[in-house]
This record gives sequence, C-alpha cells and structure tokens, in this order.
Amino acid sequence: MIRIDNLTKSYGPFTAVKGLSFSVAPGEVLGFLGPNGAGKSTTMKMITGYLAPSSGRITVFDHDVAEAPVQTKQLIGYLPEGAPSYEAMTVQQFLRFVGRVRGLRGTALEQRLSQVAAQLQLDAVLPQTIETLSKGFKRRVGLAQAILHDPRVLILDEPTDGLDPNQKQEVRNLIASLSRDKIVIVSTHILEEVAAVCSRAIIIAGGRMLADDTPQQLAARSRYHGAVSMILPGATNAESELVKLPQVASVEVDQERLVVFPKAGESLFAPVNELIQRHQWQVEALHVERGRLDEVFRDITREVA
Amino acid sequence: MSKTGVVFQREFASYFCTPLAYVFTVIFLMLASSFAFFFGGFFSNGQADLRSFFNYHPWLYLFLVPALSMGLWAEERKSGTLELLMTLPLSLRDMVLGKFLAAWVFTGLVLALTCPMWFTVNYLGDPDNGVILASYLGSWLMAGAMLAVGSCISACTKNQVIAFILTVVVCFLLMASGLGIVTDWLPGWVADWFIEAVAALSFLTHFNAFAKGVLDLRDVLYFAIMMGGWLLATAIVIDMKKAN
Repeated sequence: MIRIDNLTKSYGPFTAVKGLSFSVAPGEVLGFLGPNGAGKSTTMKMITGYLAPSSGRITVFDHDVAEAPVQTKQLIGYLPEGAPSYEAMTVQQFLRFVGRVRGLRGTALEQRLSQVAAQLQLDAVLPQTIETLSKGFKRRVGLAQAILHDPRVLILDEPTDGLDPNQKQEVRNLIASLSRDKIVIVSTHILEEVAAVCSRAIIIAGGRMLADDTPQQLAARSRYHGAVSMILPGATNAESELVKLPQVASVEVDQERLVVFPKAGESLFAPVNELIQRHQWQVEALHVERGRLDEVFRDITREVA
Repeated sequence: MSKTGVVFQREFASYFCTPLAYVFTVIFLMLASSFAFFFGGFFSNGQADLRSFFNYHPWLYLFLVPALSMGLWAEERKSGTLELLMTLPLSLRDMVLGKFLAAWVFTGLVLALTCPMWFTVNYLGDPDNGVILASYLGSWLMAGAMLAVGSCISACTKNQVIAFILTVVVCFLLMASGLGIVTDWLPGWVADWFIEAVAALSFLTHFNAFAKGVLDLRDVLYFAIMMGGWLLATAIVIDMKKAN
C-alpha cells in the first residue's frame, strides 16, 4: 500500500505539487495523467525518494520514505523519465551493478538477470555498451533494471515514450503481466495507454488532483458517452430524421459521419437501429461510443491551464 | 560485499570504460618524471633521493586531481543517472564514500606506477627509503584531500568545467595559504597565531613534513580531517539539492 498524504513540493515561489493525497493498493495499475509540467514526474520523484517533499508524508508498505529511505527504495523499482543509465557500461555490467545494489548475489543474480533479459528481449545486446543501443533498447534496459529485483512497487515515468508501436504494445503487455500482486504507477500522456493497461487513472494539472477514477468511468464523463456514430451513404435525409427521435438531443455531422447524442439517461442504439431498418438505409458503420478520454482530459485540464 | 563496495567497483571500472584512466595515467607519469628530470635536476643534484620528484606533486595534482574529481557527481547529475543512483537502496554514505574511494584508490594506483623512479634511485645510490615511503604516503594523502574537495564542488553543479575550475581555485588557495604570497600579504597587525593558523591549513605545510620523512600523527590527522570534512560536505550538498 502506498499512502500519499497532503504532498506539496515548491521550488522557490513556484509550487509544482499542491496538497496531493491518494493511496494505491496492491493489484492496482494507476495511470498518472496530466499535461506537461503538471507535477507527475515531481510526484514520482518524491515517492521514489529522489526529491524531498516540502511538506506532506509518503509511506510505502508502512515505511516512511523520509524516515526509512533505504528500506522503501528496496521495495520500489523505478524507471526515471528518459531511462537514464550508465552509457559506457555494457547492458550486462549495468544490470549486474543494479542487482548487486539491490542485494542480489551469485546464482540468484545471474538467474534473475537471464529471466529479465529474456522477458525484455535483451539477450542479444547484453554484451553491448548501452550508448550503442537504439532508444527502444535503452528504454528496455531501464525497464529491466526496474524489475530486476521483482519489486512490490513499480513506478514508471513515461515508459513507452519514444518507442515504436510494437514496442509500446510489448511494454503494455509486460505491465499487464507484472501487475497482479504489485502496485504499478505509470505516468503517461498517451491516453489510449491508460485505457489499455490501467485499472485506475488520476488526472493532475497545476500540481492538483482533478480526477481519480477508473478509465471507463472517466470516459463516461465524455459527452460522447452513449452517442451513436454511423456512416449512412446515400441517406440524405438521415440527419433530419434522426433529430426527430424523442431520445436524441442533437446530431453532429463530421464529414460523412453522423454522431447522434442522447438526452440524459436515454439509450440510443435501439431507436436508431429501428429508424435505419424502417428507412432501409445502407449502413457502412454503426457503433455506440464509450466516451472519449482525450476529450475528458482536455475538458478537465483546460480550466487549470 | 557492502553497498559501498558495489558503488566503488562500478565507479572504479567506469574509469577504464573510457580513455580517462589511460590518459590520466600516461599524462601523470610523463609530467611527474619530466618535472623531476628537467626542473628538479634529478641527476644534477647528485643526491640519491626523490625530493626533486615529490616537490612537483602538489602542482601536478592541482590540475590533474580536479580533472578526475570533476565528473564524480556533475556528470551523474547531467546525464540523469544521479536520479537512478539516488533511488537505489543506497545510503548517502555508500555513494559518497564509494565514489571517493574509487577515485582515491585510482590515484594511488597511478602513484604506485611511478615506482621505477624509486628503483632508479636505489640503483644509482643509497637513498633513505623511509623518507621515500613517507613521501609517497604524504603524496597519496594530499591527493585524497584534493579529491574530497573536488567531490564536494562536483556535487554542487552539473557542469564539469565549472567543477574543474572551482576545484583548481579552492585547491590552489588551500596550497598557497602556506606560501609567502598569502601569509606576507596579510596585514602586519594580524596576530601571529592567525598567520600560523592560515599556514596550518595548507596542503603544502603538511605535505612538506611528509617529504622530509617526518611522520607526524598531526599531519596524518590533518589530511584525514580534510577528507572527512569535505566528504561530509559532499553528502550535505547532495542532501540539500534533494530538497530544492
């Protein structure tokens, strides 16, 4: 369990994090969302003990980060933003160093090292110096050092930044496979990622928490939630007919796509479907929107920005 | 192996990952011996000792030690690995001591490589090997004190060039405080004890005692306190930087 209580961080007159409080339980994958400069990285740096909070308290499985820094750090695996590593070392040397600092020795260390290398497909580059690797490999080396000691808490600052779509998917699968009994905190500004891997999302901007909910519930705040979007080629009167439905609040036309918004509490799919049947319109696409996270994100964070 | 040892090992190995270790060693050996031969008059003195060799160590260290110490923390801060290091389960003591010891042992190793000089005087004459041994010890201790100064200054910045220049200046002041150029410059009304105190702060005063073959516990203590004090300051600087 991570508990964060009234956490504040100021740099001179500038306050990066203002009175943040939340807790995360094992098994949760918490997505940390926010525009650039929202305080995501600062908060993560405080949880991992790199920065000292100006005020407030952080405990990780009942260890206070300020009072027992070494014990808490042992529980946490951390991928800092940009995945820094000792570039002149080989991947193997670097991972061995981190493993030893984490207290792994001998065969236990070598076993973990080969497991993690296999998990992140690093086998081929183990003898290479890190500076010669591509961005994707460097990111995976950073992930490897974070999970090497099989930590109970994993904190990843923009783990998929700069990866290609395949690598992004691999990292997401990895997070999903790790997270059963662990606490995972992931910061990102890629919203599809949140929907894909997170069981909970916190949106912060200007150092304050603006939303704390499941990705589904957040998406449901979107005005698109429950809207029906369709493409009806040749149905020239569709817009005027759809507006007449009693459940419909409004209809928007986006090029050839029609988006029908429901009145509060109304379900649209059945009546729209019936209307289409009645007029025998040709249907090219028809689906119910679950809500658009990016729109919710913009709405929530715009007020602060 | 303790955590300090793990940090030490990584830092020490890192010197050999880059040309740093080799460049440093070659330059030090070349300069140390050529100073002894050309400026120190190693042969023309007609004496079987290494004074002409050790006399130039403080001035060699003045530029070479800061070159070694400037990267200790500044480089880590710049490349972002400091964040990685500081979020690993290491105490400040492990980090500060591990890094410092790596640099200090490395300078010790380079110093040991000058042993052909020692062999040479033993071949040519009959030197007082006790004095030479004391001089080596003094030289190594002085290098350690300067490295500790450099460690603290390197922790203050992420710019290695700034760390280098400031370390040279501070080390120069700490050396020169024992020379006439500083003590003479102090106004006449300053009490003698103050002038002596300033002179006692100097690396040179204490190193010269070793070079004469005098092994005084106070001189050893001086370097030990210098190292301890500056390393403590390093830890404090790193901890303070965490908070702002």
